[in-house]
Amino acid sequence: MNNNNSWKRILWLLSGVGFLIGLYGLYARLTLGHTDANYGSYIPWGLWVAGYVYLIGLSAGAFLLSTLVYVFRVKILEPIGRLALFTAVTTLVGAMVLIFLDLGHPERAWRLALHTNFRSIMGWMIWLYTGYFILLLVELWFASRVDLVACAGNPGFSGRLCRFLSFGSQDVSPERAAKDRHTLRILGTIGVPLAIAFHGGVGALFGVIGAREYWHSGLSPIFFLVGALLSGGALLTFVTAIWGPDVKSEKGQKLVLLLGQITLGLLAFDVLLEWAEYSIGLWNAVPGKTNGLLLTLKGPYWWVFWFVHLGLGVIVPGLLLALRGRSISAITTAGALIAVTFLSVRLNFVIPALAEPELEGLRTAFTGPGLTFSYFPSVSEWMLFIWAISVAALIFLAGTQLLPLTPKEA
Amino acid sequence: MSKVEEATAVTAVTTRRNFLRSVVGMASVAAVATPLARKTATPASGSRNTIQSTPAQQVTAVDGPQDPLERMRADLARALQKPEAERRWVMVIDLRKCVGCTACTISCVAENHLPPGVVYRPVLEEEIGTFPNVAKRFLPRPCMQCDNPPCVDVCPVGATWKRSDGIIEIDYDQCIGCRYCITACPYNARTFDRGFVYNDESYVDNSVTFVGVADAEAYEMAAPYEYGEERPRKDGRSPIGNARKCHFCLHRLEKGMLPACTTTCIGRATYFGDASDPDSLVADLIASPNVMRLKEALGTEPKVYYLQ
Repeated sequence: MNNNNSWKRILWLLSGVGFLIGLYGLYARLTLGHTDANYGSYIPWGLWVAGYVYLIGLSAGAFLLSTLVYVFRVKILEPIGRLALFTAVTTLVGAMVLIFLDLGHPERAWRLALHTNFRSIMGWMIWLYTGYFILLLVELWFASRVDLVACAGNPGFSGRLCRFLSFGSQDVSPERAAKDRHTLRILGTIGVPLAIAFHGGVGALFGVIGAREYWHSGLSPIFFLVGALLSGGALLTFVTAIWGPDVKSEKGQKLVLLLGQITLGLLAFDVLLEWAEYSIGLWNAVPGKTNGLLLTLKGPYWWVFWFVHLGLGVIVPGLLLALRGRSISAITTAGALIAVTFLSVRLNFVIPALAEPELEGLRTAFTGPGLTFSYFPSVSEWMLFIWAISVAALIFLAGTQLLPLTPKEA
Repeated sequence: MSKVEEATAVTAVTTRRNFLRSVVGMASVAAVATPLARKTATPASGSRNTIQSTPAQQVTAVDGPQDPLERMRADLARALQKPEAERRWVMVIDLRKCVGCTACTISCVAENHLPPGVVYRPVLEEEIGTFPNVAKRFLPRPCMQCDNPPCVDVCPVGATWKRSDGIIEIDYDQCIGCRYCITACPYNARTFDRGFVYNDESYVDNSVTFVGVADAEAYEMAAPYEYGEERPRKDGRSPIGNARKCHFCLHRLEKGMLPACTTTCIGRATYFGDASDPDSLVADLIASPNVMRLKEALGTEPKVYYLQ
């Protein structure tokens, strides 16, 4: 437990510092608009879009794993159902903050709902996200209701918060609890296609762009879903080891070991898909179609693929999970590594497709800010990204302190 | 005399001249005059006087059989008399005539008051061979105004669409600035206005004294007339934060003027007009065997044609 407490302290510290220094990014975005960013006309999407895809993937992955509890009723995972749902809520909030501020005119975001063009996959997103967000909150409430009623009697802020969030509900009878479980099953069942639709939809959003060979693949939505499950599963493994049932208890240990195995399986599947994408893309291919892939492997940011993704995101955690799969600390580290480095996968998906000119002579035809095919995020872009992540982390950390996210016996 | 009548008058005179030339055996000039001969159906009496009274037109008449600009202006005036849905605006760029001066790029920037980072019509350069045996090829690239535009359907709020005359329009007040359309264009023809200005400190070299900086600044900040709307460039208001692209100078067309790039092309390499009019210059040109379009295989059906 001491180990866990030190992890928690580190995370509080990191999130707090991240929130404070990240305020600069928010300030720069609000005062300078998009002039302080390094994306532009030829590479119109940068770190914020990649960060949004990353966070939304974490959310979808964590949610889909929660369905193992509420839809498929996998008993052993029951203690972390609410943690999974809450992880999904907070990462979704982070993703929405990023993509909202990425818009050229955030004040017109309401048009997405009131002037939706359903021929655009992006048009569908606002509705899927709204539905998903409401579903998450309702599901979390039903999953926590009994414990909210119980903690409503607690003294202090936590008790007041529980009293407010229980919305007057006081029935803790076994019949009512069984009814709750039934409701959760229905909600979770609705959630499965919803989560697949919205995250597969994000993959499709890129996949339908015929102008970009790098994105234009039927595998894109599948790749996004598996990536979501992997990154979300890895994050949930880490979260479970820190905030879940005591890992010194047999139950807690079994739970983390199982999550470790799930993560390893998902990692293997993700690598298989990645191999399919790269090998088919590169083998005997027409040069014009391989540029994006080669840029990832051999371009100026080759190290993002080889070191960050393959090294720290696949090989090291893969070995940890395969060879030291019974060590809680190894599984925790592997989960954290995969979850954090998955940002590199999202960056390597979003940017290289745009870093290749559609017509070669454009590189030098006319110059100016943003009329370039190279991209590295600016300081204020990093700061705003860190701020959004920190906001999500702080909400999560506060939730673990104030809300009944784990069963009492844990 | 209306613009159409003036243009017809010019045609009448120059065609008679070409006829005389062809009689004395100038076969090449006769070839150029052939398509123009259609216009002799309505010769205006006293047209010679009209030309002599306007020095600018005199220059064009002396310059050659007929300045294509004059014919295109007449084509344009005819097209504007038709309903919008019956027009089919196309641009034809003769790559053999383009010298890569980028006058079109700059006139477009000036016409639309484009800020740094936004360009509607860059001229792509390709160098062929190795020094000293080098040749250069130039390719101006406006928006292709595709008949099957990939940028339109992806817009999540329907802020961009194909007009009935084929021009792809953007409503700056609806655009939320998500840039999805920019990623969808196979020609990189859409750019993102991030809110820069040329007269910003970061662009002005203070060690050099420029003449007319104040005027340039006033001009830059003055509202352009894109889509016939006045939009002063301030306070982050649209088009700042929007996707932007070439619109064939729609605001000029509606006033009977050719696109800025067409009128400023020093080599007369850019042609513009209504392809649905069989008498128009562009209708003749796109029937040439040496015509091509960019990325034909994508099926986007661009309305910008290149002659090579």
